[in-house]
Amino acid sequence: MTRRIDFHLLGPLVALVGLFILGALLNPAFLAPANLSNVLARSAFIGLIAVGMTFVITQGGLDLSVGSMAAFLAGAMIMVMNWLAPITGENWSTILIGMAAALLGGVLAGWVNGALVTKARIEAFIVTLGTMGIFRSLVTWLADGGTLSLDSGLRGLYRPVYFSGIGWITWPIIIFAVVAILGEWLMRHTRFGRHVEAIGSNDRVARYSAVDVERVRLQTYVLLGALVGLATILYVPRLGSASGSTGVLWELEAIAAVIIGGTALKGGRGRVWGTVVGVLILSLIDNILNLADLVSPYLNGAIQGIIIVLAVVLQREKRPADA
Amino acid sequence: MTPVLALSGVTRRFGDIEVLHGVDLPLQAGEVHALIGENGAGKSTIMKILGGFLQPTTGQVLLDGKPATHLSGPAAEAAGIVVIHQEFNLVPDLSVAANIFLGREITRGPRLDHRAMAEAAAALLARLDTPIRPTALIRDLSVPDRQMVEIAKALSRQARVFIMDEPSAALTHREVESLYAQVDRLRAEGVALLFCSHRLDEVARLADRITVLRDGSVVARAVRGDMTEDGMATAMVGRELADIFPAKAAGFGDELLRVEHLNVPGTVPVHDATVTLRHGEVLGIAGLVGSGRTELAEAIAGLRRSEGRISVRRAPVQIRTPADAAQAGIAYLTEDRKEAGLLLDKPLTQNLTLSALGSFGFRIDGAREAAAMADATREFDIRAASPDMPAGALSGGNQQKLLLAKTMLTEPRIVIIDEPTRGIDVGTKQQIYRFVRALAAGGRGVVVISSELPEVMGLADRVLVMRQGRIAGEVAGPQITEENIVRLAMGVAGAAGGAAQGDTQQGDTQKEPA
Repeated sequence: MTRRIDFHLLGPLVALVGLFILGALLNPAFLAPANLSNVLARSAFIGLIAVGMTFVITQGGLDLSVGSMAAFLAGAMIMVMNWLAPITGENWSTILIGMAAALLGGVLAGWVNGALVTKARIEAFIVTLGTMGIFRSLVTWLADGGTLSLDSGLRGLYRPVYFSGIGWITWPIIIFAVVAILGEWLMRHTRFGRHVEAIGSNDRVARYSAVDVERVRLQTYVLLGALVGLATILYVPRLGSASGSTGVLWELEAIAAVIIGGTALKGGRGRVWGTVVGVLILSLIDNILNLADLVSPYLNGAIQGIIIVLAVVLQREKRPADA
Repeated sequence: MTPVLALSGVTRRFGDIEVLHGVDLPLQAGEVHALIGENGAGKSTIMKILGGFLQPTTGQVLLDGKPATHLSGPAAEAAGIVVIHQEFNLVPDLSVAANIFLGREITRGPRLDHRAMAEAAAALLARLDTPIRPTALIRDLSVPDRQMVEIAKALSRQARVFIMDEPSAALTHREVESLYAQVDRLRAEGVALLFCSHRLDEVARLADRITVLRDGSVVARAVRGDMTEDGMATAMVGRELADIFPAKAAGFGDELLRVEHLNVPGTVPVHDATVTLRHGEVLGIAGLVGSGRTELAEAIAGLRRSEGRISVRRAPVQIRTPADAAQAGIAYLTEDRKEAGLLLDKPLTQNLTLSALGSFGFRIDGAREAAAMADATREFDIRAASPDMPAGALSGGNQQKLLLAKTMLTEPRIVIIDEPTRGIDVGTKQQIYRFVRALAAGGRGVVVISSELPEVMGLADRVLVMRQGRIAGEVAGPQITEENIVRLAMGVAGAAGGAAQGDTQQGDTQKEPA
């Protein structure tokens, strides 16, 4: 393999380093472990989901339901634990059962999305637009329009999952890092990843090459669902509650991170490491705007928007070099 | 009389390959002209040049005797030249009337005059004696009905020259009669008509003048009554085989594949197909485009649903998916290299190993992949700048070699190759023929589907001929002649000897196993 330096490929990475330096110059508080820990931990939710989204988008699909799914899973998880607490007690086994419920629920929700896309042959955009509304409405209904809160005893027990870890590197950061590395490995070095890319590149060729196109597609939705479940497990201890406004717009942030990272929206080329960079870029912009008073934090969305459009323009410039 | 439209000494090159060699073709007003020839003889190219979709490399297109230098599609249409293509050019979600008047809508002020268009469309359809409603959506129409709409659309333009590519291919008997009536009517109105057809009876029925094309040259011209259907078939073929084919097998082994009473539903259905293949044998499948060859092959490869019995080495197998077929040792090389064969934007190596990734470990072993690529490059003589270049950047011949290498990596026993040399130069063709023969010599069974008759004849030990979704007959050994195959493919009665007729079992003409 010849290794050429491809600036389009490295673009997101250069942008990330640039943002990091900018942040350090603007406010020394940026480099404080507490701040970095905070930025990274908050990136972890979107990051976990975005890693799963990378696989879905790479095979040529899309999932708009992940934000609502996370809210629904959080609500369901809290209800399960609150209901179990009087029976099993305010202890770790209750929390573990709650975690298992979130993970299982995520797998199930992902399977429903995937089955509707592959077996019922409905477009992914339509399916997940529908389930997005369904999950959002379910959590609002479960919370009766208000907020579902975890019992205080369990909350105290569960809190360290978000707030502690190894030094300032908290558990969400560690788990995000592990999932990102596994995800990159899965995409780059396994048959599953190769098939995902092949299907996104040309599903007819994949089918003619004896790849089980529907199964692989379904698997990407299930994987994404499981990662949404994992993100929920890490999110619930942070606030200990869920409501109809939990996880709003997460789906768009996740999709934006995937695109900024260089994964093609039309599928066929997936970069998990790029997605991680994309997530970090989005979080850093938010953090820097909050720390520096250069630009109003209210313009955060506008700047993120510009970055997304810029990233896609750069991807397009890459085309002629590809051919 | 000056021809309305004529080709004069037209040649046409695609890259290095000259596909038309100095063709003269005059179209007279009030005359029906048939252009016949085998697939690949150059008919489509001529139609495209006449319709202004292609420019001649040398020579001229004459319109009313005057050179028409830059006759583009729209300019040709403005000059009254109307082409009905084999592929429909209709918008599925618009109504019949809207399609007929697409681009030339009748308006009243700024708004469309729906009523006037519906009435005009109804009048055109009535002229064609078809019950299609002008308000029906194209997507709700059957294929023959769509073809009638195409014809109505062409009629609605005030045509002086009418060019039709296989106009009756999709029509039922009744509709064909009404098409013929329209042809007669247009001729009486002084329109010049040119059509291509594989139905020789149709040519005899309609044509005032016949031009026979072979390998890009006009080989025969005749006027009505001067040429029988047999004469046409003989003129179309009768080409000597170049010596580019390897020697055929001396004998075969045991039965490898048996397909019995296979039915494949679909727009091009296959009915009751029975096929056998032995170790070491190259079986050719000939037939016109649309005769069900590809559909039969795709059904055996698990790419289409089918009913029937398939057994490999005398053991019954269930084939529902491409993975089932691969399991049974059956591999299929698609005719559609670019859309179904290779990932054009992916590196050669990833293409090579895609079908056989399972044998490269759970963590794909990059070193073994690179070694496989190196082996394939050597074995199949793939000329590539680098194994990391995208497959789409390879020439057609090298793409085909890569596809062949990719397929062989799955270690199949039965290899079905659809159009092995489409769009490939002669030198590479010869290489591919040698690969095919080598596969058979290694004990595999090979099925070659081809529209190029010399290819089927030169390669195959035995040839099945398909016609309208059925196996029309089989020829083997010395019975493999162009005439026999063409007659079976076209359904010309009283053809070839007894061996060629409806014989899908192992006939007496077959070579005995050694």
